[in-house]
Amino acid sequence: MANGVATEGGHPAEQMDRVVIRFAGDSGDGMQLTGDRFTESSALLGNDLSTFPDYPAEIRAPAGTLAGVSAFQVHISDHDILTPGDAPNVLVAMNPAALRANIGMLPKGAIVLVNVDAFDERSLKKAGYDTDPLADESLSAYKVYEVPMTSITQEVCKDAGVKPRDAERSKNFFALGLVSWLFTRPVDPTLEWIGKRFADRPQVAEANTRAFRAGFDFGETAELFESHYEVRPATFEVGEYTQITGNKALAWGLIAAAQLAGLPLFLGSYPITPASDILHELSRRKEFGVRTFQAEDEIAGVGSALGAAFGGALGVTTTSGPGLDLKSETIGLAINLELPLVIVDIQRGGPSTGLPTKTEQADLLHAMYGRHGEAPLPIVAAKTPAHCFEAAIEATRLAIEYRTPVILLSDGYLANGAEPWRLPDVDALERIDPKFATAPNHVNDDGSTAFWPYVRDEETLARPWAPPGIPGLEHRIGGLEKADGSGNVAYDPMNHERMVRLRAAKIDGIARRIAPLEVDDETGDAEVLVLGWGSTFGAIVAGVRRVRARGLRVAHAQLVHLNPFPPNLGEVLHRYRTVLVPEMNLGQLSRLVRAEFLIDAQSLTKVQGVPFRAAEVESAILTLLGGPR
Amino acid sequence: MTITAVPATTRKDWTSDQEVRWCPGCGDYSILAAVQMLLPDLGVRRESTVFLSGIGCAARFPYYMSTYGMHSIHGRAPAIATGLATTRPDLDVWLVTGDGDALSIGGNHLIHALRRNVRLNILMFNNQIYGLTKGQYSPTSEIAKVTKSTPFGSLDNPFNPVSLALGAGATFVARTHDMDRAHMQETFRRAHEHRGAAFVEVYQNCNVFNDGAFEKITGRDVRADMLIPLVHGQPIRFGAEEEKGVVQRSDGRLEVVDVADVGEEALLVHDEARADPGLAFALSHLSRGPIEPTPIGVFRAVDRPEYGDQMDQQVASAQERRGQGDLKALLRSGSTWTVD
Ligand code: SF4
Repeated sequence: MANGVATEGGHPAEQMDRVVIRFAGDSGDGMQLTGDRFTESSALLGNDLSTFPDYPAEIRAPAGTLAGVSAFQVHISDHDILTPGDAPNVLVAMNPAALRANIGMLPKGAIVLVNVDAFDERSLKKAGYDTDPLADESLSAYKVYEVPMTSITQEVCKDAGVKPRDAERSKNFFALGLVSWLFTRPVDPTLEWIGKRFADRPQVAEANTRAFRAGFDFGETAELFESHYEVRPATFEVGEYTQITGNKALAWGLIAAAQLAGLPLFLGSYPITPASDILHELSRRKEFGVRTFQAEDEIAGVGSALGAAFGGALGVTTTSGPGLDLKSETIGLAINLELPLVIVDIQRGGPSTGLPTKTEQADLLHAMYGRHGEAPLPIVAAKTPAHCFEAAIEATRLAIEYRTPVILLSDGYLANGAEPWRLPDVDALERIDPKFATAPNHVNDDGSTAFWPYVRDEETLARPWAPPGIPGLEHRIGGLEKADGSGNVAYDPMNHERMVRLRAAKIDGIARRIAPLEVDDETGDAEVLVLGWGSTFGAIVAGVRRVRARGLRVAHAQLVHLNPFPPNLGEVLHRYRTVLVPEMNLGQLSRLVRAEFLIDAQSLTKVQGVPFRAAEVESAILTLLGGPR
Repeated sequence: MTITAVPATTRKDWTSDQEVRWCPGCGDYSILAAVQMLLPDLGVRRESTVFLSGIGCAARFPYYMSTYGMHSIHGRAPAIATGLATTRPDLDVWLVTGDGDALSIGGNHLIHALRRNVRLNILMFNNQIYGLTKGQYSPTSEIAKVTKSTPFGSLDNPFNPVSLALGAGATFVARTHDMDRAHMQETFRRAHEHRGAAFVEVYQNCNVFNDGAFEKITGRDVRADMLIPLVHGQPIRFGAEEEKGVVQRSDGRLEVVDVADVGEEALLVHDEARADPGLAFALSHLSRGPIEPTPIGVFRAVDRPEYGDQMDQQVASAQERRGQGDLKALLRSGSTWTVD
């Protein structure tokens, strides 16, 4: 991975094609922020990157314990990458607990930077160490650097105007400075950011600046490190880029979708991890005419969104699994009312409260079937953080064109993970036509005209959307079964059967609207297809590349539309001898494709609250190909 | 925008072609008639009027109106109405609910709509029973009520809907009953004029499962002695000869007295606009249920900024400060870099 290159300074800089760095510390140590800043300066340098914030459910779990360890993993590279990396090459451990919780992930020879000041007897004990790992041989497989981060930080901040206890809190900037030196990151973006972020607290800004510089200088002068490293910019397609997390991309996608449809955006939401950041982001964007409503509960979140949709707005609700449970009844109503509605589910580990801050893909069958009665709806799944933008627009488009609630699935990994995003040309995005009803659509027997809310479009089977305000289109809708056409309450058995089938046919017909599934099959003669959905995209692509690097053939396709499936999915699946379906659940998509297409899909499952590693996908493919060769 | 005069309408214009399917003799009929006959007087348009409901007998109401309408799901209408009213300030949104719908399954949504002061006219038909599910006790049923689900009598202390609304910080709280069309219409008119959440409890007779629940106070021959009309700025008194009244004792307690015993000057003067809801709350507790002299009319009507208006103001002020949202600029609001 590295080869020596001499530089002008005292330290040679070694070239690396990629590196995985994991910042780990106590929840209160600011590791998420540290990782974020490192990512930002790497993005500006032009690396490709992928991040994985990994933090506990408790806001402040007992300090110094394993439960309180918060980590941020970032993978930077000079080439196109798709995952935050299987194993960190560098671990920054701010205390013994951070070391203990993460050391198992490191490959032999990895670099470990420890804040040696935190390795006192009490902290070691809290972390469950009987003896000091820095003093025995347990870390001999790694390159361990003991750095007195706390004491140097306190020393340089002495006359910065902050109290010693507050100065100690700047030690994460020391770590950031040191790692920035180690990987030859530019310092200016971080210094500028500190200045801006702490503009109203100049003393804190000063302390953080000093700590950051001290960390950087420590690397340069301490003669501890034989070399430092350089990860050159990646080659990207020409364009303008920004670094984006899934939740932010999703929020922006909703804003874009509302603009494309020319509708005001209304978000009804109740705070829930890991979805709340969408509510936060949208509530900041009122200049787009966005109305955000923090409802009294999950039910009111979706209810208010449905009410807004009845009034002609783009109604959206955002949640995670427990919230989706609560919204089920209202989603059923929306299916009956046939009104556009976007339900965003940022999946997390379940059941019940489960693992609130960890990722999982176990809500697929819930999205598919989690309502009473025959209640089908379209399901769209985002596959990378940046793809959340596009997925939000697609979900909105289907909701509006087909007058139906749509569930958009993302997950904790996409929500918080970041990657570089080539900004789309927003002028080129296809518009969404809400096609509001404007006139009566029915002639009564006596020749007079009337508005019938359940007369369907022949092509899409969608009913007219007629928000209040237009004379002559007054109508009543509700959860009771309606007569085909007039929409009046109807208990007639044959009418019910017709309506159930019509609602299903409408959703099935969406398959005609969506693009055929694209298959990545380089040579066209692979025998194994890896079929993924949602956030497994990165790990599957990385795993497939590894298999191909061995000279073996394997195909890959990633589903974005889970209901209905793309029109060619059956044909694609039958082209391959074996289909492997990796998912972060116990086999939900594999169940669906088995039932639908009668194929013997092989399931690769993982429910550990963390994404697949490329190696796991690789080894599963190799097994199907007849074992490693 | 051209402003055209609101066309004159009659009750017929507000009546849909759907057959009304409440039990014969149900109090809901007279409430429906009162509303349909009042609307032509309010100077409102049919196309700008929406009736929303949840589930229950009362919730069928929207089907009988020729306006826009939605019959939604149990208890959730206040949430749905909040989304509609805050995004469509041009609409007149009425919410028709019952004691089970509003106070049991939907209690949470009701109190939050009230505290937020969402511009809604909420008509809660209180019949102290579950009608649609055929006769179980409700959250307003009196203690020890024997019903299908409580053969040995109910244990629950009932809600006092007016007290509950006042406790939730409602800005308009009133009570009326299905036996008096003029009083209903006057109360509904006041609710409609109120800019914010208006809560009206309507005593409604369910002649099938809880017949006569309010007869002791609303019956034609007892009404004068059992209903205490609240009139803003007037001493609170009642009785065929206005011989009875309400006074406030030095410990704050309200009491019904003979005017002759205390003198007219001693009577409590009703002030619906009082900022502090304490007296209105005390009035709501004057009777222990519809068996003792019970106040009707407007308990409280105060001004507080309306929720949707405030939301609009936040949007307007953001647009004033930052200009209309620009999507291209939004996508570039973080750090960006260019690859050529
Ligand atoms: S059950 Fe009672 S409330 Fe319901 S319609 Fe019949 S009489 Fe009216």
